[in-house]
Amino acid sequence: MSRGARLAAAAAGVALALAAPKLAPAIVTQLAFLWVMVLFALTWDVVGGQMGYTSFGNIVFFGLGAYCAAVVQRDLGLGYFEGLAVGMAVAAVLAVAAAFVLGLGLLGIRGHYFAIGTLGLGIAAGEIASGWDYVGAGSGMVTPLYPGPAGARDVFFYYYFLALAAACLLILRRLYAGRFGLAINAIRDDEDKAEAMGLRTRRYKITAWCVSAFFLALTGAGVGHLIGFIDPRDVAFAGPTYGVWMVLMAILGGSGTLWGPVLGAFVFHVTQELFWTYLLGWQRVALGLLIVIIVVFFPRGILGWARERWPERFGEVVEEGPQGGGGR
Amino acid sequence: MSELQLLLDAPVLAVQLVIDGLLVGAIFCLAAYGMALVWGVMNIINIAQGELVMLGGYVTLLVVQAGLPPFVGVPVAAAVLYVVGWALYRAVIFRVVDRDMFISILATFGISIFLQQLANEVFGADVQTVRSGLGQFFLFGGLVTVSQIKLVAFAGAVVLALVLYLFLKRSRLGQAIRASAQNARAARILGIDTGRVYATTYALNAALCGATGALVVMAWVIHPYIGLPYTVRSFMIVVVAGLGNLPGVVAAGLGLGVAENFAGFLLGAEYQAAFVFSLLVVILVWRNWRLARRRLYLR
Repeated sequence: MSRGARLAAAAAGVALALAAPKLAPAIVTQLAFLWVMVLFALTWDVVGGQMGYTSFGNIVFFGLGAYCAAVVQRDLGLGYFEGLAVGMAVAAVLAVAAAFVLGLGLLGIRGHYFAIGTLGLGIAAGEIASGWDYVGAGSGMVTPLYPGPAGARDVFFYYYFLALAAACLLILRRLYAGRFGLAINAIRDDEDKAEAMGLRTRRYKITAWCVSAFFLALTGAGVGHLIGFIDPRDVAFAGPTYGVWMVLMAILGGSGTLWGPVLGAFVFHVTQELFWTYLLGWQRVALGLLIVIIVVFFPRGILGWARERWPERFGEVVEEGPQGGGGR
Repeated sequence: MSELQLLLDAPVLAVQLVIDGLLVGAIFCLAAYGMALVWGVMNIINIAQGELVMLGGYVTLLVVQAGLPPFVGVPVAAAVLYVVGWALYRAVIFRVVDRDMFISILATFGISIFLQQLANEVFGADVQTVRSGLGQFFLFGGLVTVSQIKLVAFAGAVVLALVLYLFLKRSRLGQAIRASAQNARAARILGIDTGRVYATTYALNAALCGATGALVVMAWVIHPYIGLPYTVRSFMIVVVAGLGNLPGVVAAGLGLGVAENFAGFLLGAEYQAAFVFSLLVVILVWRNWRLARRRLYLR
């Protein structure tokens, strides 16, 4: 595509995203969750795709954000929006701090040990939250009521998540284009070599996790308020749903690319909204099957497949022999 | 810490906790032994391990509902799960052997979610158990109780582990399995059908998990979401003990059982699961730190 056509397409996309609550007021909540899914996939891909550290525990930062924002609102006694703003700030700071501390210990662990360690981390957080009375234990927390007419809450959070997803995408694009992106890709491809070449791998790994945690905490703070109720296992630390979806969406779209997770989130969310209701409780069974099928047969995802199919469209010079995608 | 005070005042309670811990630890050892087998032979960490245990429990439940005595459930569960394991290998696992570790973990994770949710839909989310009809032993004038079924489960675990150990050491197929674990390529050159060996290994592991699940449902309880804690425990035990180290697996498994019981008592039962998963993180970080000190790491 030429530059002009690209700009026109981007402008049309932005206009559509901005006008969506007006165009389809009945499904604003689902549309808001579309951006949540985009955020999930994008933040997972920073560490999981670009850096090659498969994390099953990123949901920790999401839950932390949700609980932080709710607790700050409950205990500080500010107005709704002031409380929300302070709560989000606290959530973001705490999540980044948590990512830093956890990263010091966990990011030294490699490969499958890291994957299973983070899996344990996510579940441990959920179990602790559901036993801790201060945050409502197993019965969860109710977030304050949105001041305003019915439906205004969904529209407000739609724009909140849209702005957050756009910010996340732009910041990640900037980061991936520079030294940071090269460094974390080097860590994915061969960490020892990267280290031997003088790259301070630990610093980059922790930074990547902090970036991911920052956006996830802000997402969590919003989702807690959008749903209006924080259940420790089903909303905040929902490993079997959100935690797995993150991974699935990123892989579905093509992990290790900028737009892959976005594409994966769109495809997954639309499929889910269209078909899930017809499966009547079997959707989680289907989810398990879906993971197996995608991982076994399409580990490179939609973009990875497209890239192999039409490498010249991705600006790659076609040479003889099989063309690799992301180079895992 | 009123519980700690209670424990100090009445040390006999500690005896109770240790006994219960050892008895449940033997069950953890079985699942961990199976995980170590698959990990060592095929280089796959089977996240669906706990779900296979859970399925074994439900098979036993069906056996009892059909009017048979619960102990028949052990061989039946083992046989059914052997078939399930074989089918899983033929459907999915063989496609991820020799591929990226990440893919095999995610694929078995998908299987685990699939089996867990399937059990949830078919059997419901309720906690289930099977009455064995056995009583209790009373020790220390009734202060310490040991349920006989847990002793039977312990004995069953020992027998199963011994049978598997002898099978691997003595039988022709067991030797083929060990040869494939040591060097799959050399084994192929020597005429071992490694594909069949892998299938058998995975199926054997599933059968072992099935028998474990039968013991679990008789002595404890099962529900659809019980799988992941068993997977994580198995993983922890194997990480602590190392691959191919049966005494280590036994020591780590029994130790984990005791530690978990004490944690459940001191922190409250609602934090027992949190303890297991936190311990996993701690063990991995500690292991990594220790390896880093020796300038070594395992991929």
